[in-house]
Amino acid sequence: MAEVLVYVDHVDGAVRKPTLELLTLARRIGDPVAVALGSGAADTAATLAEHGAVKVLTHEAAEYADYLVVPKVDALQAAHEAVSPAAVLVPSSTEGKEIAARLALRLGSGIITDAVDLEAGDKGPVATQSVFAAAFTTKSHVSKGTPVITVKPNSAAVEPAPAAGVVEALSVSFSAQATGTKVTARTPRESTGRPELTEAAIVVSGGRGVNGAENFAIIEALADSLGAAVGASRAAVDAGWYPHTNQVGQTGKSVSPQLYIASGISGAIQHRAGMQTSKTIVAVNKDAEAPIFELVDYGVVGDLFDVVPQLTEEVKTRKG
Amino acid sequence: MSLRIVVTVKYVPDATGDRHFADDLTVDRDDVDGLLSELDEYAVEQALQISEAGDDVEITVLTVGPEDAKDALRKALSMGADKAIHVEDDDLHGTDAIGTSLVLAKAIEKAGYDLVISGMASTDGTMGVVPALLAERLGVPQVTLLSEVSVEGGTVKGRRDGDSATEQLEASLPAVVSVTDQSGEARYPSFKGIMAAKKKPVQAWDLSDLDIDEDEVGLENAYTTVDSATERPARTAGTIVKDEGEGGKQLAAFLAERKFV
Repeated sequence: MAEVLVYVDHVDGAVRKPTLELLTLARRIGDPVAVALGSGAADTAATLAEHGAVKVLTHEAAEYADYLVVPKVDALQAAHEAVSPAAVLVPSSTEGKEIAARLALRLGSGIITDAVDLEAGDKGPVATQSVFAAAFTTKSHVSKGTPVITVKPNSAAVEPAPAAGVVEALSVSFSAQATGTKVTARTPRESTGRPELTEAAIVVSGGRGVNGAENFAIIEALADSLGAAVGASRAAVDAGWYPHTNQVGQTGKSVSPQLYIASGISGAIQHRAGMQTSKTIVAVNKDAEAPIFELVDYGVVGDLFDVVPQLTEEVKTRKG
Repeated sequence: MSLRIVVTVKYVPDATGDRHFADDLTVDRDDVDGLLSELDEYAVEQALQISEAGDDVEITVLTVGPEDAKDALRKALSMGADKAIHVEDDDLHGTDAIGTSLVLAKAIEKAGYDLVISGMASTDGTMGVVPALLAERLGVPQVTLLSEVSVEGGTVKGRRDGDSATEQLEASLPAVVSVTDQSGEARYPSFKGIMAAKKKPVQAWDLSDLDIDEDEVGLENAYTTVDSATERPARTAGTIVKDEGEGGKQLAAFLAERKFV
């Protein structure tokens, strides 16, 4: 069976969920061979094996943290040469897309980004994408070279599928471009203790109607009662009420959770682009005419300062 | 020190319009009004700010696209860019990101550059890969997705707010930069700017000017093939209730019914 390269997104050896989802999708096409780079790379092997990696190629070097993107492209190119895979899958983070694009160019391959599903096809893997603010669904395949495909978080279930997960050291020689862009400082984002926005099963978002940074506490309280991530509309972020890292929408994160709760968000196209593929959508808004109500499975026309705290209390009560 | 900046811009269908696909599954550009991609306005703005902070800075805006794409160049010129290049060729129809990056890279090299500035993504394709592809093709550093950017001497610096960390980046010129919508509100063209833009030069190049063969670009030669495009079915109308004091509880009951609580 053909092998499929899977780029591993990990933090010091802790594998992030989207990578495990990629292993599920990779198994539909072939045998997953994982590529883990940088500090803690070898520590990823056990988790990756548990989820179907037949092989884990690892390489540790300071370059992966000290320079932007290119060292990782060099490593994936080396892995491609070593394995000759049927496809290369990369998580659709901002960095993941950049790595994938440069790799595709070097391989003379086509690239598909932000796939939300993947299946085997006669002409290679078929990727499903959601486009024009999720108004259309397309199916595409790569017609030249080794398909390089980036996949959005929450596109597949994480499934245990024990495999050998043999660890092999990858030999990488860095290109002249590898040290072109130096990372002179790095400040890890402070952990909020909440799930990662793009990976969360439930997202609770606040918008213009929240009307102030201090009022986001009621959005956070609801999120915490549900074990959810917190999102914000562009209006709320631009007003400085919540960090840009939490922005849901075209120029922020695109999320696809099981449940999306929009509070005080009108539902402009900018925002819809980032949440329209959510499975269940509910909204609370004062304005009965707000476009967000066109999307909802359940909507409450009312003041979020009354409805949201009541909802939080009721959720807590029901959860006991 | 003189500094030559090339800003890449894209003419896109208005996102608030009824965007759809043409019969050949390319983006339909005829039935929806087009405009300069909003995310590229941030790139033009940062180029202008770098120009205002330095001396002897020349800003060229570059686009690849059909006749109408001139509107995007005019907008950038009216914001304050110095000149424009429009690459237009019938053989370009349906070119994908890999092919577009080839055309842009050849045009950037022909124009001459110290710094390329792009937006973070287009508002239609939304891939966000062209800046990385340009850096790869040009063989220069990629300093992308910046919320803050500055040029000092022969060095470009910036802040990248990534998924898990904020990074400070630094590279030598020449380099390719992309900026996010957090980099600073783009200015509106002034009346004077709009009048001045009419007199600014717009150079027209086709594929032969860039030594690109027709079999390197276009829909037939794309690296990816779109097999189908289906309009997403409208979401079935949900239940809307007016809060009469029990709205939160009613919502909780709905969530319980759907097994979220």
